[in-house]
Amino acid sequence: MTPPVTPVRSLPLTTWFRIYLRLFAVQGAWNYETLLGNGIAFCMEPALRLLPGGVNDPRYREALGRHTRYFNAHPYLAGVAVGALARAELDGVPAALIERFRTALGGPLGSVGDRLVWASWLPLCSLVALGAFGSGARPIVVIATFLGLYNAGHLWMRGWGLKVGFQRGLRVADALGHPVLRRGPQYVGSVAAFLAGISIPLAVDRIVMEGRTLAGEMILVAIVGGAVLARFGERAEGWRLALIALALFVLYSVIPK
Amino acid sequence: MILLELFPIALLGAFLGLDVVTFPQAMISRPLVAATVAGTLMGNPGGGMIIGVVLELLALEMLPFGASRYPEWGSASVVGGATYAVYPPDQAGALAGALLAALVTAVVSGWSMVKLRRLNGSHAAARRDGLDAGVPSVVIGTQLFGLTADFVRGGLVTFFALLFFQPLVAALLAQWTTNAAYSRGVVVAMVAAVSAGAIWKIFHTVAHARIYLLAGLAAGAAIIITR
Repeated sequence: MTPPVTPVRSLPLTTWFRIYLRLFAVQGAWNYETLLGNGIAFCMEPALRLLPGGVNDPRYREALGRHTRYFNAHPYLAGVAVGALARAELDGVPAALIERFRTALGGPLGSVGDRLVWASWLPLCSLVALGAFGSGARPIVVIATFLGLYNAGHLWMRGWGLKVGFQRGLRVADALGHPVLRRGPQYVGSVAAFLAGISIPLAVDRIVMEGRTLAGEMILVAIVGGAVLARFGERAEGWRLALIALALFVLYSVIPK
Repeated sequence: MILLELFPIALLGAFLGLDVVTFPQAMISRPLVAATVAGTLMGNPGGGMIIGVVLELLALEMLPFGASRYPEWGSASVVGGATYAVYPPDQAGALAGALLAALVTAVVSGWSMVKLRRLNGSHAAARRDGLDAGVPSVVIGTQLFGLTADFVRGGLVTFFALLFFQPLVAALLAQWTTNAAYSRGVVVAMVAAVSAGAIWKIFHTVAHARIYLLAGLAAGAAIIITR
């Protein structure tokens, strides 16, 4: 006879820490079929050991197997899903309801995280570091500035996600209305746009060295090139065009004249 | 660079390639960091940082959204940093040659990530029964397989890229005819244009983005003129 479910109100510290560490490898087996699926099960596994009967109970394996299937989320917000799903499993929520909740949760966690982290926080931290470089900071200071700032947000998001996910369980959708997630991209974007205007010219000014004699031509190319790339938007990938132009320039430079 | 000297750099490429997606995504794989660390290993952190900044300006454009395909900057920046750091700062063509090596490596490494994701998919598919049954050793083993394969992928890409590009860049620089000012000016103008376009693409939806950008540019210009 399977023991009855007694709700677990909080995770033991060692379990919480194990899950938190595993979250850093949540994308370890990322693939085009199940995306983060296996990673979610991998991260949840320490919590599932708390199910009644432990690892020898059929419920442990049923729950683990359920979470190896397709799932998508931003990796930094995967903790929200891991926490909420672990809570649902430990509360003995019916499997069909967990499946539906799991399906509904993926999309928002992906889009919110992409907008906040990849399209706002990461470029902002890059621009801060480029600004530090352009201001003459030493390499160690530039790297420490970038990694310190970026990972303050990164580590906080992973920890916050796991905590809020476990606290709220199936009601975790409300947490996605957190002001940082909702309005963060707009504020971060405003600061980043302003900073880009300062940092990029400063960084370019420091790397140009002997090329400074061509300042006028370079500014013209940067303005015209930047405007053309911006005009074409997603249809023109600047780095690809840069690679082609660079290859042609290298060829030109090694041809004897 | 002798073969034995390649191993620490390849190891660095393996760790930083791993950081891009699988573990721990702390952005130690960003060009600014990766190229500087590679330059430091070659005894020239300042040189590593210069090409790191150039690559970072190009990488601003690429946002690593989920299943999208993008260049892999971690291992590529290690190759760029290690290649550029062996030349004196005023060497004509060194920045262009090392940047070319890094960009080609980024393309190849990005392609290798797609292959790895397919390999992960077939590895998981072959173990679907065990995964569905919730066998913990299969779930954990699948995760460890992916992590290990990505580590090996980054290391191999870095190793072979260095093996190929270090002598190639040296050979190109021996034939280089464009003067140092133009050599650097062309690269800098190009990355400035790409980064300017990237900033607009990323932030044009932000309210009053144009005003923030212009205000920043005015402040940046003022700092450069007055310092």
